[in-house]
Amino acid sequence: MVLYGVAALALCMLIGMLIGDGLGVLVGVDANVGGVGFAMILLVVATDRLRKRGLFPKPTEQGVLFWSALYIPIVIAMASTQNVAEAIGGGPMAAIAGLGALAAAAALVPVIARIGGQSEPLPPMTEAEKQEA
Amino acid sequence: MDIVADVLERNGLLFAFVVVGALMLLSGWLSKTLTRGRLQGSAIAIMLGLVLAYIGGVQTGGEAGLADVAIFSGLGLMGGAMLRDFAIVATAYGVDLQEIKKAGAAGVVALIAGIVVSFVVGAAVAAAFGYTDPESMATIGAGAATYIVGPVTGTAIGASSEVIALSVAAGLIKAVVVMVCTPLIAPFIGLNNPKSAMAYGGLMGTTSGVAGGLAATDKRLVPYGAMTATFYTGLGCLLGPSVFYFALVGLFG
Repeated sequence: MVLYGVAALALCMLIGMLIGDGLGVLVGVDANVGGVGFAMILLVVATDRLRKRGLFPKPTEQGVLFWSALYIPIVIAMASTQNVAEAIGGGPMAAIAGLGALAAAAALVPVIARIGGQSEPLPPMTEAEKQEA
Repeated sequence: MDIVADVLERNGLLFAFVVVGALMLLSGWLSKTLTRGRLQGSAIAIMLGLVLAYIGGVQTGGEAGLADVAIFSGLGLMGGAMLRDFAIVATAYGVDLQEIKKAGAAGVVALIAGIVVSFVVGAAVAAAFGYTDPESMATIGAGAATYIVGPVTGTAIGASSEVIALSVAAGLIKAVVVMVCTPLIAPFIGLNNPKSAMAYGGLMGTTSGVAGGLAATDKRLVPYGAMTATFYTGLGCLLGPSVFYFALVGLFG
């Protein structure tokens, strides 16, 4: 049943959001702290266990994979609803502050990625994966 | 014409699927013909989306880009935080937890470094433009972290509304540029494996920027980048009005 997959995904996300909001209240900020991250870990751990017991068959899996495949279209919709006009209207100081923070952080990526040993690049995408994207 | 607009408005989400589908089709074609596949179709689609968002924003004066145009309002639901986060979590399906554990230390360092660097750069730029009081410097520094941390910090420490608006603009610029530039800078900063993606998410922090940027680079990196980025705004809201503000008061107050 496809819906079982969608429901499992939704449940993981809701629990993750609850943890994130709870953590926010705990540290005293009005923001969700890591909700998406907790939801992801929950999904990975829960589905891994269910799969090993044979409780997460192909049709159920499809319910999760469908939303994963919708990720890029959703991000494109998100891009089209950004407040780009205000971003550009902020003037030079806002632009320099935003760009400066970006450039400085980007420069640190190779430095910090070295912590704990070098990582191998992912293999090139297969044709099937390219088709999906 | 009225009937068409009426149907599209009543079925906004469905029309959003059609619009994004058309946008992706066009982008895929542009990617093949203009760039011979060197720039991914999804990267082009995100850029076109941002251009449309600009047009929508200028046309309506609203805050939600193209979604403020009535017939395109479904884009707001499709691209809103709920479905975006739902899809991000779904991309984690099948991810190797070992990879995340391996990159855990790097991820934590990236988060702290990302927030500190954004605060410092933002505050320095604010000072260079003549905003030398600690409230304004802290708020604009927080805005350089993300467009949520900026107003949260500014409101908490009592910055002027003009400065808060500037901090939002700084965060928005960062989000937009991260979306567009990630695929372009990825080869130069080694953004091609789970660990560097986790470092990238923690350093950039803007969820929408990282989500869009990694989608345009390599979708397989999305869960790793999102994993760390999701802690950034909360941590920034915690540090901005407290540690960072008090440090500025101590230094310049």
